[in-house]
Amino acid sequence: MGLDIRLPIGMLFTIFGIMLIAFGAFSNPALYVQSLGININLNWGVILLIFGLIMLFLGARAMFFTRRATETPTTDDRAPRH
Amino acid sequence: MGLTTIDWVIMAVYFAFVLGIGAALKRYMKTSADFFLAGRSIPAWVAGLAFISANLGAQEVIGMGASGAKYGILTSHFYWIGAIPAMVFVGIFMMPFYYGSRARSVPEYLRLRFDEKTRGLNAVSFATMTIFSSGISMYAMAKLIQTLHFLDGPFRALGLPQAWIFHTGIIVSALVVLTYIYLGGLTSAIYNEVLQFFLIVAGFIPLVWLGLKNVGGWAGLKATLGPSYVHSWVGMGNPHTNRLGVEWFGLAMGLGFVLSFGYWCTDFLVVQRAMAANSMSAARRTPLIAAVPKMLFPFLVILPGLIAIALPTQAPALINGPQGTSVSAPAGQGLIPAKLNATTGQPVLDNNGHPQLDYDLAVPNLLLHYFPTGMLGLGLTALLASFMSGMAGNVTAFNTVWTHDIYEPYIRPGAGDAHYLMMGKMATVFGIALSVAGAYLATRFNNIMDMLQLVFAFVNAPLFATFLLGMFWKRATGHGAFSGLLSGTLAAAIHHGLTLSEGAIPGIKGGWLAVIHNYPSEMAQNFWTAIYAWTTCFVVTILVSLVTKAPEESRLVGLVYSMTERPSEGHLSWYKRPIYLGAMILAATVLLNLVFR
Repeated sequence: MGLDIRLPIGMLFTIFGIMLIAFGAFSNPALYVQSLGININLNWGVILLIFGLIMLFLGARAMFFTRRATETPTTDDRAPRH
Repeated sequence: MGLTTIDWVIMAVYFAFVLGIGAALKRYMKTSADFFLAGRSIPAWVAGLAFISANLGAQEVIGMGASGAKYGILTSHFYWIGAIPAMVFVGIFMMPFYYGSRARSVPEYLRLRFDEKTRGLNAVSFATMTIFSSGISMYAMAKLIQTLHFLDGPFRALGLPQAWIFHTGIIVSALVVLTYIYLGGLTSAIYNEVLQFFLIVAGFIPLVWLGLKNVGGWAGLKATLGPSYVHSWVGMGNPHTNRLGVEWFGLAMGLGFVLSFGYWCTDFLVVQRAMAANSMSAARRTPLIAAVPKMLFPFLVILPGLIAIALPTQAPALINGPQGTSVSAPAGQGLIPAKLNATTGQPVLDNNGHPQLDYDLAVPNLLLHYFPTGMLGLGLTALLASFMSGMAGNVTAFNTVWTHDIYEPYIRPGAGDAHYLMMGKMATVFGIALSVAGAYLATRFNNIMDMLQLVFAFVNAPLFATFLLGMFWKRATGHGAFSGLLSGTLAAAIHHGLTLSEGAIPGIKGGWLAVIHNYPSEMAQNFWTAIYAWTTCFVVTILVSLVTKAPEESRLVGLVYSMTERPSEGHLSWYKRPIYLGAMILAATVLLNLVFR
């Protein structure tokens, strides 16, 4: 259906990742007493950013290939349409 | 609770994406099949994640954490026994008929296989149920927003009364869900469910990680909570030696067979996601792909409950007291506060005079305990997302069943496709309006909601017997199915009316006819109610089918196992074949049960 869901997911998590990294890098360390002294914003932000970028890459790659393959539809396991 | 700018921005970005997805999909909604079935174009992994997300409402996220705190790792039975086997079964054995028959809904399959009256019965009871479920979800969400107190500050700053927080929660969630489904139909709902799936995982992994680190890992939980919390099978021989109060047979038959198969194999809310898949093999893989994360969810949603109760007892951030009064928190256990009476603010005591715990606050309190501002915004967004997805799943199932199974056959047959597309959009609007009404009904009459859920349980319990016979026994007839369903529901009601769980008073909890048997727990009573309902439906359907006229065999092609060609999948790579996938999933589930026995 037109839009590849990996693109919005990738975008959202990339934005969340960048926001948490930026906030974590400049926030007061006293904030992290409750998270056992771990800067959870910075650490988890990095992971979200990586996940977001992977999703963006996969979505963009799929879009690129579908655009090239529109003339030659693949013979997949599609059920016959009535 | 102190939210700062970053938390609000995270929430705002999420809402912008939710609405943006709806808007981006609007131009693809040209026919009713686009709107109700996502044009049958969804890839297997997307359909699979939507399949579990539609069910991953807040009742699950909050409720499973609560059960984890109350029953311990025994709660995993709701996944490993109560979901996985049924998900494998629906993918391998039932999906060929749902998808292959080209039925657009589960009630429509019943019309093709049996007759009009069986479809009508199923369509009306299902449509009513979805409305109330979505209303309850909405109510729970508004209630949680109120308990979390994160809107108190902004409301005070704007000079608005605190009582409006509840209304705002209801109206805003209703409008958001309405907008994205109205614009993008089922595709929009599915896409948002997938987004929500990743959000829940992103919000809960760090929570569990921090929690386990703090309590000393699994070994620490074991040492603090004792054996009854950390074993899922030890003590299941007798209802009095485990925390659930159920014996293994009632658990395996009631939960593992009747209730689980009845839900995962026949509930259109989940089956609709697989029907939207882009091919037969994708439809069959949908529940199998869903089973993989489902199998691992106990670690994400049950463990927070165990962690919350294992922590040293302290004054929790959140308590659920009467509105507007400040109550000093009485001692609870771990992070879980004592339950307070909603009007007097006094702790609620159990039969032995001990204060009851407010288990539903386990997960919210744990979030507030570990997450600083920033992550807290992400965690809250995940919770809000789960509430809205739970609602959206019900609303898309409702608009489809309403349009295809009630409006089209009984109110206005033979209108053009554009008309039914318009009707589907209208049904989204009034479905959500009715849910809002349901949410307010729940605030006034809590008992009505309990009663409705009880009635739905009676209606649902026998359903799987009807589908099992319909799909695998070609002699089953429409009269047989219809009378089987009715007598199964009646059997459930009678069983409930004649039994009671220990310590309960006759009434909504059972025993309203006479008490001839006492179950050790309410859960055991529910499981056995389901077993009686299923068995009655199964037997009555067979008997009535045998004395009524057999259906013509030519009509059953594609609908019954023995009359249908097996879908060929020799050309698929092994990891895409349902039978291999199913076998691997079952093996992994057995392994998990052994590890946590």
